[in-house]
Amino acid sequence: MSQLSGLYAIWLREVKVFFREYSRLIGSVLTPLLWLVVVGKGIGASIEDEASFGGYGYDTFIFPGILCMTVLFQSVFYGLYIVWDRKIDFLKEVLAAPLHRSTIFLGKVLGGVTDSMVQVTIIVILGYFIFPELRENYTVQSLAIVYLFMFLLAVTMTSIGLIIGSRMESPEGFSLIVSLVVFPMYFLSGALFLKRNLTSEAPYLYWATVANPVSYAVDAIRYTLLPVEAFNEFGLARDLAVLGGFCLVLLAIGTWAFRTMRI
Amino acid sequence: MGVIETHGLTKRFGELVAVDNLDLDVAEGEIFGLLGPNGAGKTTTISMLATLLGLDSGSASVAGFDVVRQPAKVREQIGIVFQDPSSDDILTGHENLYLHGLMYGVPRAVIPGRIEEALELVQLKGREHDLVRTYSGGMRRRLELVRGLLHHPRILFLDEPTLGLDPQTRQRIWAHIESIVAERKVTIILTTHYMEEADRLCDRLAIIDFGRIVALDTPTALKAVVGGDTVQLEVADSTAAAAALEALECVSHCEVREGRLDVAVQEVAQNLPAVFAAAGEIASFNVRNTTLDDVFLHYTGHDIRDESAEGVAKHMSRVRLVPK
Repeated sequence: MSQLSGLYAIWLREVKVFFREYSRLIGSVLTPLLWLVVVGKGIGASIEDEASFGGYGYDTFIFPGILCMTVLFQSVFYGLYIVWDRKIDFLKEVLAAPLHRSTIFLGKVLGGVTDSMVQVTIIVILGYFIFPELRENYTVQSLAIVYLFMFLLAVTMTSIGLIIGSRMESPEGFSLIVSLVVFPMYFLSGALFLKRNLTSEAPYLYWATVANPVSYAVDAIRYTLLPVEAFNEFGLARDLAVLGGFCLVLLAIGTWAFRTMRI
Repeated sequence: MGVIETHGLTKRFGELVAVDNLDLDVAEGEIFGLLGPNGAGKTTTISMLATLLGLDSGSASVAGFDVVRQPAKVREQIGIVFQDPSSDDILTGHENLYLHGLMYGVPRAVIPGRIEEALELVQLKGREHDLVRTYSGGMRRRLELVRGLLHHPRILFLDEPTLGLDPQTRQRIWAHIESIVAERKVTIILTTHYMEEADRLCDRLAIIDFGRIVALDTPTALKAVVGGDTVQLEVADSTAAAAALEALECVSHCEVREGRLDVAVQEVAQNLPAVFAAAGEIASFNVRNTTLDDVFLHYTGHDIRDESAEGVAKHMSRVRLVPK
């Protein structure tokens, strides 16, 4: 019972802080919009054969990838707040509490996932208005699948962010390390292109996308929102199994990381 | 058996021994002080007792639980007020207290009452819904003091509770600490480098220097060791005067310091004429009641605020726990 209250407390604090800092919200919505409008439209304008993206415009094609990007960046960079907690010494207050380290870690993960879900929801809603051709696919069933995968991705990525954060002492160091992790994960997720096209051109890149958990979220969400058979690269069942597996492994590593964390 | 016991407790940071073979035995309901300059190893000791920091050798138990083997049990018994501000300044005072209550296992129905009580105690009523970043240093300190007590811990660690506060606020916090002890049977371990604070609050105190206990007793007994009150004299010939004074029965000891004589005199009111007679020609004099400053000087050979001394500064810069 007291562990549950503690979990709630840690989550509640993250949510309160999140809604109190508007700049976080605004900043996180702006970047995906730039990708959709500037990159999507810009590159889309120079693509003549729309068939290569299943008959959709390039900006529509990358929309599911941008949803994943929003979750990916938001979730991993959330790990910064554990570094910040250490700097303002709030971490000591939490670590001296009679709570299991796994409770603290889980509370932090849920806080980060909540932040990510709120932000990506804004993009999901904007997408409904920006892309009229997608509207017929905004069904309860497809949104449930989209949110399931965004949730799993958020848990996985928040865990990665917190694991890195639990080992870093300065925000600058954290940002540097995280950039090294996050950009390859984004570009190798197939958010901006179809992964299968890599098999003949650059097979080693293809294998890198297969090893990347983000790929599976992109695959599932793209095929759900844009039901073109060519976009079904791995299959939903495999997407769920692999991403779910990553999720569990990282939760386990995260618990260990918090158990061995020093103030 | 003591509520807090350590045996040969030792912590090293690289080559530096921050806490060196510490033996403590604190009784239930006692206010026990750790007195020493910055970098003496006080915060490191508290961090180890609160299970926030591992130890290198020796052992420590809190409320009967071993800090290494049963850290979760230890954490259920303790409250801690940290030296550095550790409240979240983007939350309000009320929110900080509420979250603390939830995290430290206070039943949810009881929390509002406890918060009210806490706010009353430190006179923060009316400001509880303001963000902590709008609080003054003293208000924030008071908030953190009652936060550490909110879950009614059996054992409370106070790490420099009045560091950097103005005299009025300090007085008020001392009064709060005293009222807490009067109200509830709580054991307090307090670190400080303020002598008045240690003198006023502590039942017993350990003087710590470079990670070692150099003396441990009640403040009164510690002061008695110095051998009475101090008469400071400036005389023409300090060496000759010192020899004459040492011969007096009422003089416990006599030291020449920077051309000045520090004479420890028992029953100073009666014996002052004899001291003056023995000292010869006197340029100036001053009589001081013994304070813990004298005790500290007596045991360590340096002043507690002597932080510019190279050894202390070097020690201190390396002991700081959290790099800023």
